[in-house]
Amino acid sequence: MDIAQPLDKIPASSSEPAAGKAINVKEGVDQDTPVPAKPVGNPFVDDPKMKLRDVEVFYGDEQAIHGISLDIGKNEVLSMIGPSGCGKSTFLRCLNRMNDTIDICRVKGSLHLEDQDLYDPKLDVVELRARVGMVFQKPNPFPKSIYDNVAYGPRIHGLANRRSDLDEIVETSLQKAGLWKEVKDRLHSPGTGLSGGQQQRLCIARTIAVSPEVILMDEPCSALDPIATAKIEELIAELSENFTIAIVTHSMQQAARVSNRTAYFHLGKLVEVNDTEKVFTNPDHKLTEAYITGRFG
Amino acid sequence: MDNLNLDQHISRQFNADLEELKTQLLEMGGLVEQQIIDAVTAITSADSDLAEKVLVVEDEVDNREVTLDENCTMVLARRQPAASDLRMVLAVAKINRDLERMGDEAQKVAKMAIHLNEHGEAPRGYVELRHIGSLVHQMVIMALDSFARFDVDLAVKVAHEDKKVDQEYKSAMRELATYMMEDPRSISRVLNIIWSLRALERIGDHAANIAEHVIYLVKGLDVRHISVKEMERQVNESD
Repeated sequence: MDIAQPLDKIPASSSEPAAGKAINVKEGVDQDTPVPAKPVGNPFVDDPKMKLRDVEVFYGDEQAIHGISLDIGKNEVLSMIGPSGCGKSTFLRCLNRMNDTIDICRVKGSLHLEDQDLYDPKLDVVELRARVGMVFQKPNPFPKSIYDNVAYGPRIHGLANRRSDLDEIVETSLQKAGLWKEVKDRLHSPGTGLSGGQQQRLCIARTIAVSPEVILMDEPCSALDPIATAKIEELIAELSENFTIAIVTHSMQQAARVSNRTAYFHLGKLVEVNDTEKVFTNPDHKLTEAYITGRFG
Repeated sequence: MDNLNLDQHISRQFNADLEELKTQLLEMGGLVEQQIIDAVTAITSADSDLAEKVLVVEDEVDNREVTLDENCTMVLARRQPAASDLRMVLAVAKINRDLERMGDEAQKVAKMAIHLNEHGEAPRGYVELRHIGSLVHQMVIMALDSFARFDVDLAVKVAHEDKKVDQEYKSAMRELATYMMEDPRSISRVLNIIWSLRALERIGDHAANIAEHVIYLVKGLDVRHISVKEMERQVNESD
């Protein structure tokens, strides 16, 4: 450029794109956008609690999960997100063999909790579910007292020999679930009489009463109001100090708030696994981006 | 991801909200750009009326800054945007602030123009003002275009240009300092030119900031406080 070029010779002003130019769109993303053969990001971690390799799930002839490989790290909170029908709940239910209850469901692949093969035919499923507990979408307390709801697991697993031991387990479990203060004076009234949020925390207390290593949560807050949800999320953060947690959620804000890593599922495949912060600010795959920004779902 | 697909949300209102932010920001950019042109013309052609106009537009720019900030807050609160949408809102908020500061700097130049008109023109420095003024104006155009088109390459160019402006500014300073030593009677008037040059150089810095925000918006890379070379490396690596 010439030195001392007069200002009026300067090329056209940049206010032009403001007036005329539409927002730049090249190609769209939709349900048919191809899913990568291998997930992008970091599906594997250094010290896995659960190692899941080439997991495939079929309902009859219908394949619901297509070869997913993923680690769940010790004491991490892994959230699984994705549109309805993407297989995230199905995948979660493989992790403590809840899918066994569905006759037509077949699971293939290698699934390990530390060194234990989850699908070893000799494995006692009840034992397994004590190590890998589950919290469901709707709070489902037993039609028993608050005390008995929490004491049920330790009783059947023989974790307490004396009444005082059982009392202690019930108290600490309710404390860890953040429910103790609210129910300590009515331990023998029915669990079903609690509010929805309290019932869900009761279910969490019931789950942790048997000292599991992993807690699976399938949309644990979708039936709860924002306050109860906040309490559960707070609880998840505290529980992650002692437990490994895998959570399926439809609330992306919840995944962003509670988890260390986030896995995005799409049409029965794993698209992306990354640190949660990365997924929600700058995801690697455009399908993940499209989903979390609400471009399809 | 170069493709931000801002108009593809399930919620059309969200599309409209984001487009509105973009449009408002570019309108504000247009105003500030005109302020810069007017301020430089006012000081180089001793036009006090034009300088007054710059001061009047400054109020409008301030008001727009506040409104656009409110709109960004609203989108954050209502939509909880994520990923590229989140980066879009954050980038708009940051660019908004840089544009407003550019307006402030243009205002300083306009005030100097009025002052010089009242107290007699400076003996030197107009060539430099015109030259650096046009370089900086180019930078502002490129920075706003890089935002309008989500054009990362253009944004990197702005960073290069900023180095050029810094060099030109330094050499102008040397020359004017020498002149002031030779003719001390001119010091107060030449200082007005120096302050104006300084304001233009700052406008260039703000344009470079905008370019960094554009790179963040499009690539998700934070390229602040690194050399231009490193910036280029990171941008190329992310392709």
